[in-house]
Amino acid sequence: MADSKTETKSREVNAQLKSGKRKQAGSGKDNARLMHHLLAQMIRIRRLEEKSYELYTREKIRGFLHLYDGQEAVAVGVMEVLEREDAVIAAYREHGQALAKGVSMNSIMAEMYGKTTGCSGGRGGSMHLYDKETNFFGGSAIVANGLPMAVGLAQAYKMQKRSSLACCFFGDGAVGEGEFHESMNLASLWELPVLFVCENNLYSMGMPFELAEAETDLLKKAASYRVEGERVDGMDVTAVLEAARKAVDYIRSESKPWFLECQTYRFRAHSMFDPERYRDKSEVKEWKKRDPIKMFSERLMDEGLLDEKQLADIESQAQQEVEESVGYAEESSDEPIETLSRYVYSDMKNSE
Amino acid sequence: MPEREIAEQKMSYRQAVREAMREAMNRDDRVYLMGEDVGLYGGCFNVSEGMLEEFGKERIIDTPLSESGFTGCGIGAALGGMRPIVEIMTVNFSLLASDQIINTAAILLHMSGGQFNVPIVIRMATGGGKQLAAQHSRSLEGWYSHIPGLKILTPATVEDARGMLWPALEDPDPVLIFENTTLYNFEEAAPVNGTQVDITSAKVRREGSHVSIITYGIGLHKSLKAAEMLSADGIEAEVIDLRVLRPLDNQTIFESVRKTHRAVIVDEGWKSVGLSAELSARITENLFYELDCPVERVCAAEVPAPYAGHLEKASLPQPENIVETVRQLGGIYG
Repeated sequence: MADSKTETKSREVNAQLKSGKRKQAGSGKDNARLMHHLLAQMIRIRRLEEKSYELYTREKIRGFLHLYDGQEAVAVGVMEVLEREDAVIAAYREHGQALAKGVSMNSIMAEMYGKTTGCSGGRGGSMHLYDKETNFFGGSAIVANGLPMAVGLAQAYKMQKRSSLACCFFGDGAVGEGEFHESMNLASLWELPVLFVCENNLYSMGMPFELAEAETDLLKKAASYRVEGERVDGMDVTAVLEAARKAVDYIRSESKPWFLECQTYRFRAHSMFDPERYRDKSEVKEWKKRDPIKMFSERLMDEGLLDEKQLADIESQAQQEVEESVGYAEESSDEPIETLSRYVYSDMKNSE
Repeated sequence: MPEREIAEQKMSYRQAVREAMREAMNRDDRVYLMGEDVGLYGGCFNVSEGMLEEFGKERIIDTPLSESGFTGCGIGAALGGMRPIVEIMTVNFSLLASDQIINTAAILLHMSGGQFNVPIVIRMATGGGKQLAAQHSRSLEGWYSHIPGLKILTPATVEDARGMLWPALEDPDPVLIFENTTLYNFEEAAPVNGTQVDITSAKVRREGSHVSIITYGIGLHKSLKAAEMLSADGIEAEVIDLRVLRPLDNQTIFESVRKTHRAVIVDEGWKSVGLSAELSARITENLFYELDCPVERVCAAEVPAPYAGHLEKASLPQPENIVETVRQLGGIYG
């Protein structure tokens, strides 16, 4: 893993969170470390996305590319309270969740380059990042299609009496799909440990949320399936973290699902082919004032938990990691065409 | 059927499926059954009758009417280390779960670069012939067999109904098992204590030298009947039961056609752009110069299934149609 340092830190912080030390460490060194870690994770995602954008315009990355800029606080805040054994299922704008779950930036970049060293061996691309090592289950580009999978993983964990949970991330668009409703019902009915994280960024591609849903209060929808939940400011990483911690504590102690709506905003276009006719530039500008990274770093500075040098260090580390990942992807090899029919069946002899 | 040394017992196809599930569940804790009305009701076709009492509601799970939800749930559970048997009431309703079957189960292994295989078994009833009209009578197993990543089984005998489930559960990839509704009451002698059948090959169910009738599922029974009628005429048909629609066993098919030089395909699916077209193409591509006459097909008429009994009967291949088609093959009376 390229980010072993970050990962070790993440594990330490998690241990603190679990042992309850975090609370006492409110103004201490540990708290500062946690805050720096959260900031660093968000900055890693932002720099990865900026580089991905650039590489797309240079035609190094092809296909569809959906960038996560603006929503970083959601992935980082939620992932902070999950264990490595917990399953994460995301959708097609999933670079951020993958990175935050511990998938290496090298393997994500190599995947977008279509190289064998990519986390999906170059078979998936930007929309289909998978990593068994970190229990990252994609990467689905069919809206809401990953939700039933999360229900099933949770069902398996429950049957096996494991304490793991399944966490699925999806957008507001998924709420219109039948699979959302079926999954919420099944998870509630069977009391399964599923964390449903809706990243409500107000648009399902170009469709404004309020034009898509007759009932825009998503907690009411959750309640109709008797699923408890909460709405949180998805631009505030510590608010997301606290909400996710409450959710995960509930799920693990009650063995019941939880619905977390994170109100957030995507700063970039839906994909690289989107002229953004459906939203006003002023709206984007307004939301950018609430940039989760900017807000958080300013806050930390105000509280004396971060100085310019520390911020510069975090930035340069992220930049370096991104540059290294590009080098890694560039140098990685293409899969030979001879093995094209691999991975259709586990037993290759049965491939047609 | 060849003679067997092991003890046999007469049982119905329905019983065979049930016994196969019971055996699998007794053998492996990871196996469980999930689907609509599999528990309290005992299965829409009475297949899982008594299993709720035997295994409890933790392992015989009644689901709400959420085909996509519970099929996807089965996929997730398979990824999480379980071995679910998902029962979808009929293939017609499986279309509601086709997103999960086609967009996830079939391609996850590939999309993940070989990391996530999906060891799920999905059973469903298929076929027409019971005056259930257009939304309950489709034979879409050929249509599913278009998809790389799926394995498609069509047990036509009691032995296969009994024997195919375990190897399907042992298979690391998604396996769809299609049970023709008109076969559930079909009785036959089958080995008592389970049986080892493979899920890779086609089988010659009747030997003959004049024509190869290639079929599967309920088509096998109609073809065998047709073969008996033809025999009275002096025509000996070889009847091949495909058993597995994907991957197709070319070898068994080709060996037979090399011997008989004539091929008739019997499929209750539609002819256009379907399984029968694929089989015909494979034979023609590989054995063109072995053929004494063009490959013929006996398939469902190109209409949705009608309700009226006489119309439905006319829309499906019947032994008489098969006999008629064979009799008209070039040189068959040599």
